[in-house]
Amino acid sequence: MMAAKTIIDKLWDAHRVKSMSETTDLLYVDRIFLHERTGSIALRGLEQAQRKVRRPESVFVTMDHIVDTLPGRGDRTTMPGGEAFIIATRESALKAGVTLFDIGDARQGIVHVVSPEQGIALPGLTLVCPDSHTGTIGGLGALAWGIGSTEAEHAMATQTLMVQRPRQTRVTFTGQLHPEITAKDLILHLIGCHGASGGMGHAIEFSGPAIRQLSIESRLTLCNMAVEFGAWTGLVAPDDTTFEYVAGRPYAPQGALWERAVQDWRQLATDEEAVFDRELEIDISSLRQQVTWGTSPEQVISINGSIPAADNSKDPAIREAAERAMAYMGVEAGQKLAGLEIDAAFIGSCTNARLSDLRQAAAVLKDRRVAANVKALCVPGSSAVKQAAEDEGLDKIFEQAGFEWRESGCSMCFFAGGESFGTGKRIISSTNRNFEGRQGPGARTHLASPATVAASAVLGRIGHAGDL
Amino acid sequence: MEPFTTITSVAAPLLRINIDTDAIIPSREMKRVSKDGLADGLFAGWRYLNPASREPNPDFILNQPPYDQAKILVAGRNFGCGSSREHAVWALKEWGFRAIIAPSFGSIFQLNCIRNGLLPLIADDEIVEKIVDLVLSDPLNNPVTVDLQNRLIRMPSLEMSFEIADGDRHMLLEGLDMIALTLKAESAIEAFEQTDQASRPWAYL
Ligand code: SF4
Repeated sequence: MMAAKTIIDKLWDAHRVKSMSETTDLLYVDRIFLHERTGSIALRGLEQAQRKVRRPESVFVTMDHIVDTLPGRGDRTTMPGGEAFIIATRESALKAGVTLFDIGDARQGIVHVVSPEQGIALPGLTLVCPDSHTGTIGGLGALAWGIGSTEAEHAMATQTLMVQRPRQTRVTFTGQLHPEITAKDLILHLIGCHGASGGMGHAIEFSGPAIRQLSIESRLTLCNMAVEFGAWTGLVAPDDTTFEYVAGRPYAPQGALWERAVQDWRQLATDEEAVFDRELEIDISSLRQQVTWGTSPEQVISINGSIPAADNSKDPAIREAAERAMAYMGVEAGQKLAGLEIDAAFIGSCTNARLSDLRQAAAVLKDRRVAANVKALCVPGSSAVKQAAEDEGLDKIFEQAGFEWRESGCSMCFFAGGESFGTGKRIISSTNRNFEGRQGPGARTHLASPATVAASAVLGRIGHAGDL
Repeated sequence: MEPFTTITSVAAPLLRINIDTDAIIPSREMKRVSKDGLADGLFAGWRYLNPASREPNPDFILNQPPYDQAKILVAGRNFGCGSSREHAVWALKEWGFRAIIAPSFGSIFQLNCIRNGLLPLIADDEIVEKIVDLVLSDPLNNPVTVDLQNRLIRMPSLEMSFEIADGDRHMLLEGLDMIALTLKAESAIEAFEQTDQASRPWAYL
């Protein structure tokens, strides 16, 4: 009998070109995605070394990080020097003969939103991108991970990467998921329980009945933040929900090939007897909406909870980090998060700006107004999401509530020297990182789900839909 | 890539945990499509009182002699977490760092280091603390030596071995160009593609 395998083993073995040592294999890379920020350097580096892209048809490029999200945008951007990145990316992409989703293209958007949406990412594939949130694509049952620019050059030149075998963790969510609790709350809670380096060196399979019930968009949200758990990547085994999502997408296989693919994908699930290096179990039946209070995603609590005292922890490094975080965020131990006044609300990013996210936020915002003094922004995850949202009138709901409705891109998920909410401003945000300065110098970010962001925007303070 | 030889230097302690790549090099400091010119933006948010005026923050360790000459950085766990930007590594290298000692590293950052000849050296929390205590007590008389050949960290009153994957060690010692190395396996890659395309035709666009 064949040894029992996890889905990670199966994907790994199917892509092994050559074993390099006991711990390291040369893995075949099926798809490579680039964006104008780090991809431009990778393409340029390849050019300078006079190396060719081995299979240009497997390489895709989008403009998301630097490009403006203001209406009527072109190559000009608010980020100082940004235009040069955009132009360099376009020139290099054309020269290399790879597919570019340029500004104005209906397929443009945030890389991790675009690749599943277009059917470029598929279950069972390996996909890499010089971007740390590439693990998002694990939501489809693909092996996807973030790399640096040099590694991206390597992948383009050789269609392979030298990869050290990760250890493996299975995270099983048990109990019934409350209807108002989202994938964002699940992953924040996991990080809160085990720390921002809790998954270090591991590939994570998310499993359990609650995961099976999640839509693909929610699974993408879940896997998006595996990297905030320190993990190498995260994934969810594909099932009928996955196949339904993928079927008919522009780059997805069709006809007889589709049938064959699905048959293959059905074999990917972890075998019953397979053993993981570590098993984590989390009961979610009493889980509430999660909101971060500090400057690491691990500094997170239930929306109705209080900020823990720094000296509750025995580890001096954690205590010091907590003290720094409280000072930066302008909060104190014992303080309640609910009720904290906010200056801004941001719905966007590769974590939570897909159509279902916008629908959830719109359901909260319908017939309501954002509180006075709160600057509110919605930036759809892709141009296709934006179009689909407009087709069902969501843009009107956002605008009538007082949200700005933008073109697609990373926008204020991070600060690149252009737009910012301002020093000391408190932002409730559907993004994935609350690091110091992430959304601008001195900006204070509280991570939460889109529904919590929308509810807080209306309240003018941190709160959930039940408070409205 | 320049091969890694043994280095001896003052070590600069920066013992915060979860120092992310945004902190190492803020986005706004990545101004050109280039791997160079990044040292000026290294830790810009902490190093300057005001990043715009570039007035140095005297409290920041890398602004204080002798730490401003350090080639070795000692940091808290999960160093280099966050964004995949290789600029963090390029900035650290251009500044003059050759090795970083920490209990753990962000995984993309760790690999980026190895691909650029910067040694990410993993040491237990206690060892890191011990090194930092010694350094802070008298930085000039407690230089740190990193001997990659023999996998050793040495200080006048301390010696310990460290672990590093054989492949990574070899890469660093030889200063190898990974792409050239992998291209030697071209026939294996082609053979893989042939079999693979027959069994997974949908994966090939
Ligand atoms: S939306 Fe934010 S996290 Fe996602 S790719 Fe863009 S900058 Fe990175």
